[in-house]
Amino acid sequence: MIASMVVYGLVNSVILALIAMGFSLTFGISGVANFAYGGFYLLSGYLTWMLLKYLEFPLALAILVTVFAVGFLGFITYWVILLRVRGIVLSEVIATFALGVGMLEFFRWKGFVTYEFTLPSFIKGGVEIAGVPLDYQRLFIIGIGLALVLFLYFFTHHTRIGLSFRGIAQNERTAISLGIESDWTAALSLAFGSGMAAMAAIVILPLGIISINVGYDVLLIAVAVGIIGGLESVPGILTGSLILGYAQVITGMYLSPEWMMVVYLLAIVLVLAIKPSGLFGKFKELEERV
Amino acid sequence: MAVHYRKERLDRGIKARSEDIFALSSYREMLYLLLPRALPVIALLSLPVLKGIVGLYWEKVLVITCAIALLAVSWDLLASIGLVCLGQALFFGAGAYLAGFLNHSLGLPPFLTIPFGALGGAVFSTLLLLPVLRLRGIYFAIVTLTLPLLLARFIETTKILGGTEGLSALSPLPNIWFELYIPVLALLVCLFGFRRLINEDYGLVLQGIRDNDRAVMSSAINIYRFKAQAVFMAGVAGAFAGAFMTHYYQFVGMPAFALDYSVLPLTCAVLGGVGTFAGPTVGAFILVPLSEVLRAFGTLRVVFYSAILIICIVGLPEGVFPFLQRKYHQFERVVKVE
Repeated sequence: MIASMVVYGLVNSVILALIAMGFSLTFGISGVANFAYGGFYLLSGYLTWMLLKYLEFPLALAILVTVFAVGFLGFITYWVILLRVRGIVLSEVIATFALGVGMLEFFRWKGFVTYEFTLPSFIKGGVEIAGVPLDYQRLFIIGIGLALVLFLYFFTHHTRIGLSFRGIAQNERTAISLGIESDWTAALSLAFGSGMAAMAAIVILPLGIISINVGYDVLLIAVAVGIIGGLESVPGILTGSLILGYAQVITGMYLSPEWMMVVYLLAIVLVLAIKPSGLFGKFKELEERV
Repeated sequence: MAVHYRKERLDRGIKARSEDIFALSSYREMLYLLLPRALPVIALLSLPVLKGIVGLYWEKVLVITCAIALLAVSWDLLASIGLVCLGQALFFGAGAYLAGFLNHSLGLPPFLTIPFGALGGAVFSTLLLLPVLRLRGIYFAIVTLTLPLLLARFIETTKILGGTEGLSALSPLPNIWFELYIPVLALLVCLFGFRRLINEDYGLVLQGIRDNDRAVMSSAINIYRFKAQAVFMAGVAGAFAGAFMTHYYQFVGMPAFALDYSVLPLTCAVLGGVGTFAGPTVGAFILVPLSEVLRAFGTLRVVFYSAILIICIVGLPEGVFPFLQRKYHQFERVVKVE
């Protein structure tokens, strides 16, 4: 019981971290709203599915194409929609939110809701860890999730592009005066965030069927993790998803699985009431929020 | 050298005459002020009487339009205090379920359940939002977006209030005149009430909180009190719409918390023009009948709302109503750039 709680809690936490990372990279770290995140996430799922089914791509190629295509779509979204409302935060939020809802409801209308919509897992089979059966896909998720967290930390602290992402969020004018092209950086950030959404979708979706409501849940998860950990901090994302992941698994075991979504609201409200900037957030974030 | 032209906008003479000086000297000036206010009211009040001509189907559309317009106006009140709400369905659902519960379990008649539903629903949503009133901007928006979805899940999980089936066979409204006039009158009261409110000193504080909450705080004004009051007032309007629609449909269920009731009022407000109260109403009267026409498309309608939302935000940020207002008050001419 305890062993399975620890193992599945970890899997769940890494799933949450994977989902939250792309959102946090765009919205938290570079300060560009991307509330179409759930839409991008599901779009990647369906795109991979269609590439596999209709064009009969090999899995690896389908994944590569999807990640780049969705990333490029994020890039385009910036130039077509966000550029015109940049700086008016609420317009950014509403425009991207509408884009996401539009995508999700379009899929619902097209009838992407039946049981045939599943992605294949990479490797079949599984192992047993401390008496808990665990399939390779979940093991793979843990691996890729932790690798991505490390990558994100390194990327935003030690590369030129990553540092410029943080730069435009901290002070856009200063960033411009230091030769950081803020529009390009913001567009790239949206592209990276969407690409990460695609990656998360491809890794996580084989665990179940692809359904429309997943798209809304994804946004909720990303926001909840971000608020708890502090949106702009990579360790915060990890901590936030660990807290939420384990809290969920424990609720699922001792109460019932339906209560798992209620955990998010409680966690958000508690964190906002006690430490509004999130566990790892900085003062600047506090000022923006409260 | 090429000759360049630019557009110049000037106030009409009649506007300058009738705006500040309250010595109106002619019927023309009085009508200039009165007509844009009186005509929509007369039109709204006379629509139910014409039910023989427009047909019952479109009267039903009128009722739905009024309910959505109420939600949109209540969205606008929240927006004018700087709280952007992405979950109007919270108010709608709270009012709807409370009225449904009172009618279903206690057997109260609609004349009690609708007021109780409106007030109780507003109190409930205000209490729910109280802990997050400290947030502003997008963080408040995020929380309000999630709340109705979570409440719907909660009802689904705990199977209270009829669970996924909802409560049905509720008492209908006594006759068709009540059905048609209650929403119309409620909309007019809210529209003009909120407009008046926002122009009072009280409304000035609300707008101050939107523009610079720290400045208002430093004037020793408790902004959370004002925010809570504004949420309550917006909640009454939203919950009233919910409570009324419960009795109109004689049914309340999980669709009351659906995304439609969050996205549609928001779209109406953005299309019509934020911050004017009349704008969201105009938006509702454009969008809801349009969406009735498009009913055959099913869920594609939400895609359609989203497209309108994006186009309006990007291409027409001021909204339809301020545009019309400008055309009414000002004229344009082309002048040469020197």
